[in-house]
Amino acid sequence: MEISLLHRKLGTNPQSELYVQPLQFYGEPPLENISLAEFETFAVERLKLLKTVENLGVSYVKHGSQYKLKMDNELRLLHFPYRPDTKRRKDHISHFILRLAYCQTEDLRRWFIQQEVDLFRYRFTDLPPQQKIKVHLYCWKTFLQLSDKEKNELSDKLLMSSYSVSGVTVEKLEFYKVPFQDALDLVRSRKVYLKAGFAFVPQQDIVTIVLNDFRTRLSKALALTARSLPAVHSDERLHPLLNHLSHAYLGQDYSIQKNVGKISLEQIDSLSGKSFPLCMRQLHQALRENHHLRHGGRMQYGLFLKGIGISLEQALQFWRSEFIRGKVDADKFDKAYAYGIRHMYGKEGKRADYTPYSCMKVILSNPPSQGDHHGCPFRHSDPELLKQKLQFYKVSPSSITQILELVKGMHFQLACQKYFEVTHNVEDSSFSLSHPNQYFIESQKVLGGGKDPKREVDVPQKVQETPQHLAETSEDLEMDLQSLAVNWLYVAQLSYLPLV
Amino acid sequence: MSYSDYDPACLPDLLPLYYRRLFPFSQYYRWLNYGGVQKNYFQNREFSFTLKDDIYVRYQSFSTQNELEKEMQKMNPYKIDIGAVYSHRPNQHNTVKSGSFQALEKELVFDIDMTDYDDVRTCCSAADICSKCWTLMTIAIHILDRALREDFGFQHLLWVYSGRRGVHCWVCDEAARKLSAAGRSAVAEYLSLVKGGEETVKKVVLTDPIHPFISASLEVVEKYFLEYAVQEQDILGRKECVDKVLALVPEDILFFLKSQGTVKKGQHFEKEIMLQYCYPRLDVNVSKGVNHLLKSPFSVHPKTGDYALNEQKGELLRKSGKFSFFKLKHFFFFFFSFC
Repeated sequence: MEISLLHRKLGTNPQSELYVQPLQFYGEPPLENISLAEFETFAVERLKLLKTVENLGVSYVKHGSQYKLKMDNELRLLHFPYRPDTKRRKDHISHFILRLAYCQTEDLRRWFIQQEVDLFRYRFTDLPPQQKIKVHLYCWKTFLQLSDKEKNELSDKLLMSSYSVSGVTVEKLEFYKVPFQDALDLVRSRKVYLKAGFAFVPQQDIVTIVLNDFRTRLSKALALTARSLPAVHSDERLHPLLNHLSHAYLGQDYSIQKNVGKISLEQIDSLSGKSFPLCMRQLHQALRENHHLRHGGRMQYGLFLKGIGISLEQALQFWRSEFIRGKVDADKFDKAYAYGIRHMYGKEGKRADYTPYSCMKVILSNPPSQGDHHGCPFRHSDPELLKQKLQFYKVSPSSITQILELVKGMHFQLACQKYFEVTHNVEDSSFSLSHPNQYFIESQKVLGGGKDPKREVDVPQKVQETPQHLAETSEDLEMDLQSLAVNWLYVAQLSYLPLV
Repeated sequence: MSYSDYDPACLPDLLPLYYRRLFPFSQYYRWLNYGGVQKNYFQNREFSFTLKDDIYVRYQSFSTQNELEKEMQKMNPYKIDIGAVYSHRPNQHNTVKSGSFQALEKELVFDIDMTDYDDVRTCCSAADICSKCWTLMTIAIHILDRALREDFGFQHLLWVYSGRRGVHCWVCDEAARKLSAAGRSAVAEYLSLVKGGEETVKKVVLTDPIHPFISASLEVVEKYFLEYAVQEQDILGRKECVDKVLALVPEDILFFLKSQGTVKKGQHFEKEIMLQYCYPRLDVNVSKGVNHLLKSPFSVHPKTGDYALNEQKGELLRKSGKFSFFKLKHFFFFFFSFC
């Protein structure tokens, strides 16, 4: 293993000390030269790993026995075993490369943090007890252990505060008093007793504190990295590679509009019944019925429409004509709602071109509340209501049962795929559903004559450029990647220095 | 003179008067300056104004109380929002290097809107409110105030009538102002019990063990439930209302009740029903963002002519004749008619 300590002024520890801790908190960036092939391989493999973590998390109960088995398997397949040896170096480096690619937008950051936290948790629960304690001591800031007297005073409150505690007497357990800001995951799900700003954490829930700490650190680090991005992006050799990473291996994000203007507004009603996934069909219906949608619904449906090719002018006309039928007059629409639509198309504010929501995003973020119609019907509707809706849409009873079974097992995207199969009269959907716009495209294909989908055709412009770019003459490539590797140190230094 | 005489068209005449005679500039400045302990805290605070004809201007900031007064008296905003304290003066944000201009701190805020209760109130809907459904706000204030003080240890809470159909809470402790976005959303979720959109019938589900926070909240709800839900809202008065209530009871319990009249241990459907009808419904999105703009206290609501006004835990507003919010509208209008 080559080690070069070129940048002592950053004040980092020698490489050997980095891997002393049982678990990586990724506090320090790697400071070594790596080979060209490794740079991209590491990044791509970690991406695959994180994608796997995401999929397993949706298909299986997180951290249950099946989940653990699958994770073990996948880690081995992707060459990411986690023992203090050379493979940790790969883990270390690949994490930092992906930080560069995933710090760029709020959505990318959120995704990256979620998968890294899940991966960290999986590894942590696998550690033997003494090693766990070592990790606690590393990240614990202020904590106090409760005395027996204090425990007794609060015993009935403590017992009622957490499922993991009830049924046991407090005498046998240790409790730790931690500021509530250090136990956010426990606070959020109300799994801990709070008093005067402190959380009283039982010993078995300490893992959540550790995770909280890991999450906070990573979040701060990504924000810092993002601020240094302009400098990183000015390096034209890194730019396409990083974009490639954040787009290509996550599949399409339907952000590049194809077929703009090919769909007329009059077609939307019939399309909603034929080719829209259930979530968008529901939103469209609610819009037509109430002549209004709340913010969450406007975002989810509006971006979907953008993705299927509705232009900005069409969108403004569409929403305006519907809202006017309700309680909103033309004037109010122009003032209050038009801005939001233009914002969606990247014409206002920071001019970010928002991407249509993937299934993952619809299922996991911004759950609907009173008055909302957005979300994933398979995830967010009462099973009874979902059943009635499917019956109304003339889905056969046996199919409904199958769909409800999938919903019960938390396989929401599979349930939607089943819905696709049933409504399009096909045996097997032949695609793996991950995006509402994907559903639309596949549906149009089936209805348009059953042509086989040619995946390459669908790859958006941006990604098509990069493989070509990388497939230039091998000499150019060698030189490019050479200078990339050298610049890695430059980039690492840039990204992790605090802003002046 | 009844409050229905308020006409938004007279705002252009009344607002200048309001900003010259009534708006409490020195207390307002004292609050937002927080003792001048942190440098440039007031100067880096974002305000936004909504002016005549719905013109909206963001990133307003001021160096002194005097500058704030002069500007507001000059612009006569229809609505004022308070945003975050930023890393630089908001009115100079365009000169700052991209990415460096960051929202640093802000009060932790909560917004409770009466329209979120439309599925469980029978007396009004949308932006209407009356003394019958105002009890919901009283309940909400009691529950949240207790939790914010006793569970989270916050001490400096400002409860404000939002001007039209709900209340806002401003938590001004230093710990609250420094709270991260993740921290804010965690607090808001801790305080949320009613979950689900149009597609969910049963919005409150309780499982054992019942967290002390829920027990404490239930105590408050139980105090008001009989008078509010059964008498004032009359939830058992009409068949459709009764059906709505019964829809929340599990089928096996209904059957059990019909045949034997006693309740299985471990089910909490009575509590769940009470909570679904009365427990506070927060808009989590308002609380989550550090840079979220919220209507300022003492900002006039253009549609009602009321101003967002401080209140002592709602009880005063409801019970004491002097401060009933309907009388407030009278007061405001009455005052102006004499100027």
